[in-house]
Amino acid sequence: MTQPIRVLLAKVGLDGHDRGVRVVARTLRDAGMDVIYTGLHRTPEEVVNAAIQEDVDILGVSLLSGVQMTVFPKIFKLLAEKGVDDLIIVAGGVMPDEDVAELKKMGVAEVMLQDTPPDAIVKSLTALVTARGPR
Amino acid sequence: MPSTELIPRAARGEIPAIARLISRAEAGMPEARPALAEIYKRAGKAHVIGITGVPGSGKSTLVAALAARLRATGGKVGVVAVDPSSPYSGGAILGDRIRMTELAQDPGVYIRSMATRGAMGGMARATLDAVDILDVGGFNTIIIETVGVGQDEVEIAKASHTTIVVSAPGLGDEIQAIKAGMLEIADIHIVSKCDRSDANRTLTDLKQMLTMGVRAGVASEWPVRVVGISSLNGEGFDELLEAIAKHRAFFKDSASGTQRRLAIAGFRLEKTAENLLIERFQQSAAALTPALAAKLSARQGDPYSLARELLAASLA
Repeated sequence: MTQPIRVLLAKVGLDGHDRGVRVVARTLRDAGMDVIYTGLHRTPEEVVNAAIQEDVDILGVSLLSGVQMTVFPKIFKLLAEKGVDDLIIVAGGVMPDEDVAELKKMGVAEVMLQDTPPDAIVKSLTALVTARGPR
Repeated sequence: MPSTELIPRAARGEIPAIARLISRAEAGMPEARPALAEIYKRAGKAHVIGITGVPGSGKSTLVAALAARLRATGGKVGVVAVDPSSPYSGGAILGDRIRMTELAQDPGVYIRSMATRGAMGGMARATLDAVDILDVGGFNTIIIETVGVGQDEVEIAKASHTTIVVSAPGLGDEIQAIKAGMLEIADIHIVSKCDRSDANRTLTDLKQMLTMGVRAGVASEWPVRVVGISSLNGEGFDELLEAIAKHRAFFKDSASGTQRRLAIAGFRLEKTAENLLIERFQQSAAALTPALAAKLSARQGDPYSLARELLAASLA
């Protein structure tokens, strides 16, 4: 039996808009994944700790507040400090194209912008976990 | 890294090793079975508290507040929070962490969300493996939070050392929510949300029902406690901690405690055998059901004989 993909979805910082991330959570659940949702206003530290404790395949951070260039470097720094190297990081939300390019260089596996159809999210997350292989 | 090599790391309390072992137990990986066998032998030091109750009764909020207070008395606290998987897609939304944010930064607290993946009874198949792994990882108290249960999901009482049933005021007249099964399994009853004005009524009802001696079939000299709490203003938690400490001592030193430990082992044994059986049954069903169903549909056999054929194949 194949195991459900485990995903932690998080909202980081002072961003009160979680309709989008909740729609994504529901979509992923309906695609058969285990989805852990942290709720609003988390810190990068909390999110990284939770991802490690839950041993998720994917950490998805949803941002609609424009702070992606502050949050993601922090997350990668924390992961490096804790020696975690097999966690797939994904970003979602509204952000400028030049940031998307920067984030990908930083190690963000995929950036799902506001016009990404739900099916595409499921497909790309599944592909990312398949490409990583079992662990 | 092989699972057996993760054991020493988990035993040192390294969270990534603990987390990965739990994932492998959950996946039922054959590779992890020898490691889990070793872990079972090493475990047995922690006190296991089971918390159950109907959906919305405040289990997660209680777990968070209780874990914080247990931390203050020293020792590490592990939490395994179970939520239901969708019977349709197999997926799950695990939301218990949302109510436990205050614990997120404490390195002495480990929280793991677990989906039932079709398991009945309020726990997931790997819940007890996770408890053992946390036990070996040095967690002194381990809290299992079941899915929000109905009226007869009582397995938690066969797995935990101290069973707590949470009821909330306003969920129905009298004790609608905790009829027979739930009423019988609790070592400690909690009425949550006691900042609400109708909580006293629930407390009184509950105490009255308990005076009628509802713990049928459970021979125990433990006097069941009823504690009103409010996670909002902290009311009742000193009393709850005291009740848990008392029950912990009772479990350790009484004849009923010894009996209960045996019953827990018996349940674990039967549950594991049941899971093995289900695994094998599912394999042979996947292979044989189409042909047998065709026979059955064409009335070339009866349900009972064909079912026996299927069973025989699973046990072969």
